Amino acid sequence: MPTIKVNGKSYELKDVPLDTPLLWFLRDHLGMTGTKYGCGVSECGACTVHLNGAAVQSCVTTLEEVGESEVTTIEGLSDDGSHPVQKAWKDLNVPQCGYCQVGQIMMAAAMLKSNGNPTDEQIETEMWNICRCGTYPRIRDAVKAAAKEMSR
Amino acid sequence: MSASKHYPNALNENASSSTDSHERADIPSVSRRIFLATVSATSLVLMGKSMVGGGAALANAGLADPEKFAPDFFVSIAPDGTVTCLAHRSEMGTGIRTSLPRVVADELEADWARVKIQQAIGDKRLGDQNTDGSNSIRFFFRRMRVAGATARTMLERAAAAKWGVPASECYAENHQIKHKSNGKSIGFGELVESARKLDVPKESELKLKPRAKWRFIGKDVPITDLNDIVTGKAIFGIDARMDNQLFAVIARPPVVGGKVKTLDASEAKKMVGVVDVVELPAFQGAPLFQQLGGVAVLANSTWAAWKGRDALKITWEDGENATYDSEVFTKQLKATAQKPGLVLRSVGNATEVISKSMNIVSADYSVPHLAHAPMETTCAVADVKTDATGKVTSCHVLAATQNPQAVQQAVGPALGMPQDDVLVNVTLLGSGFGRKSKPDYCVEAALLSRKMGRPVHVTWTREDDLNHDYYHAISAVHCEASMNDSGVPSAWLQRAVYPTIGSTFVAGASTPAPWEAEMGLTDLPYDIPNLSLEVGEAKAHVRIGWLRSVCHIQQNFAVCSFADELAHHAKRDPFEFLLELLGKDRKLDMVAAKLANRDAPMDEYPYDIARLKNVLRRAAEKADWKRTKAMPKGRGLGIACSRSFLGYTGHVIEVEVAKDGKLSIPKVWVSIDAGIIVSPDRVRAQIEGASIMATSQALFGKLSFKNGRAVESNFDSYVVAKMKDGPREINVDIVPSEAPPAGVGETGVASFAPALCNAIFAATGKRIRDLPLSGHDLSWA
Repeated sequence: MPTIKVNGKSYELKDVPLDTPLLWFLRDHLGMTGTKYGCGVSECGACTVHLNGAAVQSCVTTLEEVGESEVTTIEGLSDDGSHPVQKAWKDLNVPQCGYCQVGQIMMAAAMLKSNGNPTDEQIETEMWNICRCGTYPRIRDAVKAAAKEMSR
Repeated sequence: MSASKHYPNALNENASSSTDSHERADIPSVSRRIFLATVSATSLVLMGKSMVGGGAALANAGLADPEKFAPDFFVSIAPDGTVTCLAHRSEMGTGIRTSLPRVVADELEADWARVKIQQAIGDKRLGDQNTDGSNSIRFFFRRMRVAGATARTMLERAAAAKWGVPASECYAENHQIKHKSNGKSIGFGELVESARKLDVPKESELKLKPRAKWRFIGKDVPITDLNDIVTGKAIFGIDARMDNQLFAVIARPPVVGGKVKTLDASEAKKMVGVVDVVELPAFQGAPLFQQLGGVAVLANSTWAAWKGRDALKITWEDGENATYDSEVFTKQLKATAQKPGLVLRSVGNATEVISKSMNIVSADYSVPHLAHAPMETTCAVADVKTDATGKVTSCHVLAATQNPQAVQQAVGPALGMPQDDVLVNVTLLGSGFGRKSKPDYCVEAALLSRKMGRPVHVTWTREDDLNHDYYHAISAVHCEASMNDSGVPSAWLQRAVYPTIGSTFVAGASTPAPWEAEMGLTDLPYDIPNLSLEVGEAKAHVRIGWLRSVCHIQQNFAVCSFADELAHHAKRDPFEFLLELLGKDRKLDMVAAKLANRDAPMDEYPYDIARLKNVLRRAAEKADWKRTKAMPKGRGLGIACSRSFLGYTGHVIEVEVAKDGKLSIPKVWVSIDAGIIVSPDRVRAQIEGASIMATSQALFGKLSFKNGRAVESNFDSYVVAKMKDGPREINVDIVPSEAPPAGVGETGVASFAPALCNAIFAATGKRIRDLPLSGHDLSWA
């Protein structure tokens, strides 16, 4: 029986076709609804999770493609919102409706792991997630605040 | 809208002359407390956090809890001192689930750390719950103060009785009642049992706190859902779950009014996880909030249902909208706008003055259909129960809705049950922008649940969202003015043509309604002796709905662009010219102009030209407007102002347009005067967000139709602003004000797009009259 590793735990893939996108497996089979659906075609970034630490869009990543890789979702980023990116998001009161923010946070966390001191331009390129409430100015500031905190 | 008529005197701190507002009016004051206990025991059931993770466990608000002191729908206190505030408006990003309870807690003198917030069900006894129109604070600021003051007054009386002193010697402070001189104090919780037994005071007996003593109103606090949001624990409509629920994805008729001609579901039914395929009837008459019809695939997961839908073989009968082509239609709208229309407001004789003038300026503007595209698509889960005869016995809906009462009103008749018996719980909303006050998706879930005998969760895919929206109207606006010798307009004619929102409710309605025209057309603030403000006929071929800022989108785009065009025509500074157009400080005569003022009392909410000029001046000052003259080509400032949803905004936008036409927006300045502000940071956030949303609309917003079918179906074709597209810096200036609270959420959108296009003209000399900008070449040499 194939298995999948999510947040350090293995789950057996029973009666789940392997071409199922990771997003819907997380949400509907594991009940981890923190990861959000926004477009289904990797245009909005709401479904961003980490695969071996790198940001991927779970709406276009099948279970087959996940294979043996380690999946980290928002539920695994921290237990209590204590990750520096989450803290920065809270300190700057980034969210409005909040729906896209999990994807934004996962994107930012992955980016900062590989680039601890991003420039404004890099932030604008890497943080391509859509936010319809328009929290972009605060996201930009929060990414910088988190980078600062993480480099201390 | 009627709630605003009952808006009591917001500035009367003593409340001595006010009568009960309508939200309380149907509750007999003598026995209100007992009445509340009764109704809440039977139906005022609320959604608690316990719904997380399955089984919509319902928690009682505690209003019926015999242990609690619950003098008002909106507040209760437990013996341990915990204060529970009822949030009856929907949270879609404005912070309202925090802001209104803050008002209650302020009047109550509660310790915010000991305040809990519970989301209300749909219940008309709570008053208006339609969370749109930028109305929440305006409608309920005073009502929340009354709720808090009621509880506080009763606690003071309970303490006075306990100590054997007059109540006038007792006062509340930070979750305690204290005595003025004897040093005694007692916690709220300890007074619960005795306060419960007191009569609820009349509103005229209450003393509201003077402004100087406000502790929370006007002060920032993190939104109550902040930690849940950043940890992924927040529950939105798409996350709502009921035990044993099925997941549904629906194939809807691609043309509005169409229906299924043939269906072959054999392949779909064979797919892994698919449980059933169910046809939904097409709607009858006007669309209203009825289901669109089509074919639903029900499965054990969203993805299985989606794959099942892909496997359906359906042919459609398209109906009368099958030939709708939005490009052709725009030409028709523009042609209509050239012909005399229905005059809604007339001053002097604009037509005659213009016809005799030798100095006429005219321009035509257009805006395409726009989609709401909320980040979370529309989603709902419903559980409908029937008896042996198939008669519906109960219905419970859990949904991301801006208006739970509209859900009741739509689902009740659809199921043939009394609407008041439909139980509606509200999740958080992954934004709404007006889309989620139209509960067609809840009706779908209810109809499917009745058919399946199990709870059914309906998820709209992004394609569904963009292809089956209640779209913002496609529009054309014609402007004409004659200029006198001193370079100011002697007459102004403006004619707006667009399908009316009324067509969604009355089949065949084809004339913009006065309340739509009042958003940027008939409320023209300029001091011009001859005016003709008109609308023209346009038939709707899709469902038309209200989208954040509504008709201001097209009407303010025209009015604020045209003012700028006239300024340049007269070789005047646009800012100085605009101030002159606005004229003397005065109140617009709304009675003479036949304006409804959103049903807000004219004395409390006048159209105050001085306030409009003030936000304009402040924005210009913050932006250092005088720089505009010295700017090199490719760089420019644009200015515009508007009054919308009773709030005033002035916009200055700075743009850079590279020679190759690449546009960037380094800075935006917005001054907003929305009266008394409860949560300044959330006002700032909404104005920042309004700037981004308006950027989306101006740069990319276009939903087209060919053969009656929506062309753009996801974010790759219906493009919205990303971080790289939006303004790099948004400076929000909140005008300090004593005026009663006005709108914010939509107010920030109205004059953004014209200010942007005015800036582009300043930078390049290119005048944009047809949105979006993506259809234009902005390059210059």
